[in-house]
Amino acid sequence: MMRSRLHVPRPPARPGEKPDFSYVAVSPAGAAARPDPNAPLNETEFLSREMVRVLDDKGRAVGPWNPHLAAADLELGLRHMMLTRAFDDRMHRAQRGGKITFYMKSTGEEAVSVAANMALKPSDMMFPAYRNQGLHIARGLKIVDLMCQLLSNSRDMCKGRQLPVMYHSAESNLFSISGNLATQFPQAVGWAMAAAIKGEDRICSTWLGDGSTAEADFHYALLFAQIYKAPVILNVVNNQWAISTFQTFAGGEGRSFASRGPGYGMPGIRVDGNDFLAVYAVTQWAAERARTGAGPTLIELVTYRAAPHSTSDDPSRYRPKDEEKSWPLGDPIERLQGHLRTLGAWSDEQEQALAKEYEEHVNQAWKEANTYGTLTDGPQLDPETMFQDVFKEQTPNLARQRMQLAQELKERAQK
Amino acid sequence: MTQMNMIQALNSAMDVMMARDPGVVLMGEDVGYFGGVFRATEGLQRKYGEHRVLDSPIAEGGIVATAIGMSINGLRPVAEIQFADYIYPAYDQIVSELARIRYRSGGDFCAPVTIRTPCGGGIRGGQTHSQSPEALFAHVSGLKVVMPSNPYDAKGLLIASIEEDDPVIFLEPKRLYNGPFDGDPNKPAVGWNSHARGDVPEGHYRVELGVADIVRPGSKLTIITYGTMVHVCLAAAEKAGVDAEVIDLRSIVPLDVETIVNSVKKTGRCIVAHEATRFAGFGAEILSTVQEECFWHLEAPVLRVAGWDTPYPHAFEWEYFPGQARVIAAIKATMEAS
Repeated sequence: MMRSRLHVPRPPARPGEKPDFSYVAVSPAGAAARPDPNAPLNETEFLSREMVRVLDDKGRAVGPWNPHLAAADLELGLRHMMLTRAFDDRMHRAQRGGKITFYMKSTGEEAVSVAANMALKPSDMMFPAYRNQGLHIARGLKIVDLMCQLLSNSRDMCKGRQLPVMYHSAESNLFSISGNLATQFPQAVGWAMAAAIKGEDRICSTWLGDGSTAEADFHYALLFAQIYKAPVILNVVNNQWAISTFQTFAGGEGRSFASRGPGYGMPGIRVDGNDFLAVYAVTQWAAERARTGAGPTLIELVTYRAAPHSTSDDPSRYRPKDEEKSWPLGDPIERLQGHLRTLGAWSDEQEQALAKEYEEHVNQAWKEANTYGTLTDGPQLDPETMFQDVFKEQTPNLARQRMQLAQELKERAQK
Repeated sequence: MTQMNMIQALNSAMDVMMARDPGVVLMGEDVGYFGGVFRATEGLQRKYGEHRVLDSPIAEGGIVATAIGMSINGLRPVAEIQFADYIYPAYDQIVSELARIRYRSGGDFCAPVTIRTPCGGGIRGGQTHSQSPEALFAHVSGLKVVMPSNPYDAKGLLIASIEEDDPVIFLEPKRLYNGPFDGDPNKPAVGWNSHARGDVPEGHYRVELGVADIVRPGSKLTIITYGTMVHVCLAAAEKAGVDAEVIDLRSIVPLDVETIVNSVKKTGRCIVAHEATRFAGFGAEILSTVQEECFWHLEAPVLRVAGWDTPYPHAFEWEYFPGQARVIAAIKATMEAS
């Protein structure tokens, strides 16, 4: 007798099992063709199934997507990625030492943010997710300012209102990170629609994770972006894991996330997310589409979340230990270093010197940030500021509550 | 001054604002070429172009989310959600995003979005075209919540809402679009042309948020209400022959506590009336404020008149609706209590 059966997706390997990444279809570097950014959809659809890669196993840049970046730009990208990693490592330790409440590393995903930023203009807007700290660093935000946010201290840009890592910078065109998943995706589309309504040539880029593509907001974003041909780049960072939820639970099993793009009528590109040059090249391609009125592009950045989801997570409970060492696309920093070495533009001495420089830079910044206070010590935000910015003007109701709190605090101080 | 019904007044508010501010854009289902299912945006796409009056996909979450994004980029979107009953797919974007963007960014970003949406019953809309969800928004920190009861207020409040730098949920009692409705479905419908508040200036004017209107002065009883129930309560007070003061709140966030408190201290008796369900409704908030601020002036328990705690039934619309009889019963109970 025939019966229906549920198919419950599962990852290829659990703790104690051998990592198995045979499910990741990897195209050889240089193999994927590069269509014109304004080519009709049927001429770009293959990009959602293949994988755009530029760096080969020997560290050479090959094929039609090679963006031919100058060595100085490559080095700048490497510097931003290395600084991001040094910052992540230090802040992870700071959380483990009880100095901050929460942290999220982007280890192994640095190219996703840093290369994309390099392919865009500083005037372009970004709606990041919570693991895009490479954007903030590459856009020149000071490490110490990011740390002040993590500490919720007297110089916190969020005035102590947000969980650590939910940064923003209006001057640097980095929108406030929500903490609720996927909400930024359709907002970024709206921002881009407004740019088009106003006739500006600025474009917008946004990011979310593979797991978040299951949210309705992802689908709203693709729909609105395509029907209005909004100048927006929609990035899915497929790092395989959403806490313990494997990417197959978001529908990544039968089709790539990039293939959602052609489903809505826009190009979807699957790219090696650990290949700095490939991420740069596809972002540049998508930006050209946006700037020339061709509309949105969906980019799936295939990468691996080498770190835990957050400091509250323990991946050893749901995936093999050291699984990242078997990840077929390697490490983005090592791969770009390898490329610079083949160009004769990078040496072990440089690498060691820079690693040391960043370690000291981050330590120095951490010391400075702590002088502006922590959650428990040093200079403190005035608790009454919690009543600010609910509305532009404080309502009588909030003013009353502010006075009530002031009284509570006064009595607490007298005890 | 021109005679306008509420739809014409709302249309005029948007027209005035679009002419004054190129950043004002309209969006929503059927709002563009067609002019909206209730005709509130009629003629505006022809006048301002399809870039400024956007027909949207049937996706309320997407409408609100893209409106937020537009506002971050300096526009002032006015999004129409075709029925308040359809707003829930956008609830996360409204509650977790729209309401908190100013707060969470320490004041560095703000989202001046106005969401217009028809609410309330009395049009045989059944349980999916009759709801009054104002309490669900009043409960969220960071949202202003408005509900006009007549064309003059509707236009002035909508202009003030669009000019707000904070998000506003603008609820339009759809039974009032074409005329004041006193709760009696058997009486012939009357238009706004015979009502003083149907006289509406053609140009720009504001009715400030957070300022209640005493629509009937009185000394023996205070009736606090808003939306359709303003007209029901006025008629009920008349019939009951009580010297009641009727207050139209016009906005529930911000709430004009001063006007409420001054009135109840004067009269010593109070009824709160709204069309929405009673349990945990906005009436409870008003009532709580009244007992905190006016307890020693009260001569009787404060009563609530509201819709029953059921979904809005299609067949029993007038058994559900808090009509004059329910208000009069509450007036009597309040007046007879010693």
